[in-house]
Amino acid sequence: MDVLIYLIPIALLLSFIGLISFFWTLNNDQYDDLEGSANRILFDDEKTR
Amino acid sequence: MKILESSYKELPDKEDQFSIFADQDADDGYSLTLSIENIHCASCVQRVEMALKEHKEVLSARVNMSTERLTYSWRGAKSFGDFLANKVIDLGYGLKPFGESVEGNSKGQEKTLLRCLAVAGFAMGNLMMISIGLWSEEVEFMGVATQDFLHWISVIIALPAIIYSGRPFFFSSINALKKRHANMDVPISLAIILASMMSLFETINHGEHIYFDSAVMLLFFLLIGRYLDIRAKGKAKESAKALLAKLHGTATVLLHSKRHNIPIRDIKEGMTILIAPGESIPVDGVVLKGVSEVDMSLITGETIPNLVNKGDAVFAGTINIASAFQLTASKASQESLLGEIVTLMERSERSKSRFVRIADKAASIYTPTVHVMALLTFLGWLVFGQTWQLALLNAVTVLIITCPCALGLAVPVAQVLAGSRLFKSGILLKSGDALEKLAGIDTVILDKTGTLTLGRPELIDKDYKESHLQIAASLAVNSKHPLSQAISMAYSGELLGVNNIEEFPGFGIQAFVGDNEVKLGRRQWCGNENDKETDEIELWLSINNEKVCFKFIDVLRKDAKDTVKYFQNVGYKVILLSGDSNKIVSNIAKKVGITDYHGEVSPIDKCEYIEKLKKKGSKILMVGDGLNDAPSLSLADVSMSPSSAIDITQNTADIVFQGIVLRPIIKTIVVAKQAKKIIIENFMLAIFYNMIAIPFAVLGYVTPLIAAIAMSSSSLVVILNSFRLNGKGIR
Repeated sequence: MDVLIYLIPIALLLSFIGLISFFWTLNNDQYDDLEGSANRILFDDEKTR
Repeated sequence: MKILESSYKELPDKEDQFSIFADQDADDGYSLTLSIENIHCASCVQRVEMALKEHKEVLSARVNMSTERLTYSWRGAKSFGDFLANKVIDLGYGLKPFGESVEGNSKGQEKTLLRCLAVAGFAMGNLMMISIGLWSEEVEFMGVATQDFLHWISVIIALPAIIYSGRPFFFSSINALKKRHANMDVPISLAIILASMMSLFETINHGEHIYFDSAVMLLFFLLIGRYLDIRAKGKAKESAKALLAKLHGTATVLLHSKRHNIPIRDIKEGMTILIAPGESIPVDGVVLKGVSEVDMSLITGETIPNLVNKGDAVFAGTINIASAFQLTASKASQESLLGEIVTLMERSERSKSRFVRIADKAASIYTPTVHVMALLTFLGWLVFGQTWQLALLNAVTVLIITCPCALGLAVPVAQVLAGSRLFKSGILLKSGDALEKLAGIDTVILDKTGTLTLGRPELIDKDYKESHLQIAASLAVNSKHPLSQAISMAYSGELLGVNNIEEFPGFGIQAFVGDNEVKLGRRQWCGNENDKETDEIELWLSINNEKVCFKFIDVLRKDAKDTVKYFQNVGYKVILLSGDSNKIVSNIAKKVGITDYHGEVSPIDKCEYIEKLKKKGSKILMVGDGLNDAPSLSLADVSMSPSSAIDITQNTADIVFQGIVLRPIIKTIVVAKQAKKIIIENFMLAIFYNMIAIPFAVLGYVTPLIAAIAMSSSSLVVILNSFRLNGKGIR
């Protein structure tokens, strides 16, 4: 069971990184236009036009 | 007349309608957000963005597909924004300014809830991971030390998360308690706080059962419901006050033979006001000098402009479309008819009976039941000689397991799914309970102009020759009058060259085609001096003593008749109310098959009519588009307006639909009924779940594991049931 001493903090740390990155994306307004963002990948590169 | 002309130049013309909403950015640029219509696919987005970005002054341009907004910023002159906006309009996308402030507020709330949701999700995941360890091994095998270690880790994760994510519920229940009544958030907060306290107590005393995972899971599911609810509510209605502010601007007033720009609200009775063509009239008054035509559609709903002469009364909010004239104010601006409409709207907003949502009804039964149940459990275990700790533990389990995860999700999930489905077909729900109200209506009141009809005259094919139409169209292209525009629309061939064009406001246009003098305009003006004015909408062409008559009608929307028929088949009472003359209204009513119709109804009469119906117990859906409909829209139980309606009306309506057909109304009603059915099913499922779970909890058979499984499965069932809304096939 000693391994828990390492594994639990590691698990917590990893999910904490996930939480922080979610906050970061939220503050960057990345959820404001879910539909548009999904479509944007279909755009041609601007330079080729 | 000189004064009038120069005043026209100084006033802002229609061109800068967009840039006045622009914000100045820090680095000398401007940015502007507009609502954009007809964005359907990626290529639309790209076309709009490309069209803007090809100008080097444009700093950024972005279309938001989900909210149908276009945001762009540019360097240089402010008015350049209008040039850009017109570029987009030329591509065929409609643009409209919109009120930012209201929306900004709900966006902030949405983000706060998302943050709480994320923290709750983070905590839930980690607690589950630890809990599985706790559930899978017996204490004897694991050892008390390991168990306590895992428990303390749970405490460290759960407590901060509960304090952070529980805030929306805690604050709301504190507010409710301060006002001395209980809402759904009170039992939720109570359960969460009790569960955390008890778990903390157990942890300190090396106990076996902790409920942190259940408490956090509860928060997680409820926050999902809360978030969806906020999304469904969407943009709050702008109040009638904001409406008045919108109409407030400045007016050009003649004082001691000098022109002054003064705020409209400062206009006093007896002042002389200069009205330029294209300007809206700021106050009720009497024409002092000049002849013009006034578009009265805002007040009466009539399509065809009225001719006004010296001594004629005009009303605030109507638009001068022909030429400049002077006006003597007969009332102060607040007392004008427009002001009256605003007052009327404020009054009907206030008197609107508070609609009790299904969720509120459920909560009002649910909350006391659960609390009594928990209290009885506590007392029961005490009576049977158990310790108060055990009694409390079981009482709290009852609170936790009955906690309304499924109940909290039942309405919002169904609403969001229904809303997004309607949004995809161009129907925008503006108030959260609109669907619920719509499912219960029994009367439909329709407006005529702009609702049943398209609100623009169209030429009827009758006794005129193609060559006459050609001449008429050649003259008509030079005029902005709606009838002239209808003629130009009807003619698609080549135009003739015309010389010496002169427009006589209120009468018509005169010009030379070759050597012939041609007149296009009113019946009398074109040479039939002795004829009486008729009710019909017509335009006369006079060329070389030959006279030709063009007749127009305001065309019905394509499916107006079918829609009315559908309503009647379903059993709704259909009523037509219009400000137009009785004769026109009865004509239209006969065409679409409405038996109950009233013409020459003023905005105030419309309100009274609706109030009378409401007193009789009718549940009313009102569909309208003009300013004259705005008060009745806010008075009716639920209201819809086409997206061609003016801003004020759109802001007032609960639901706005796009397109030139009425079918969206039927679709919305069908979806509303389905959503209501699904919501009731969801409640049934939630109640069914509780009926099974409560006895177990009361008897003390529920462990944290069972609580976790029961809670998540009941929520999932409700969510899955709601998704049936998407599957049901209606076009």
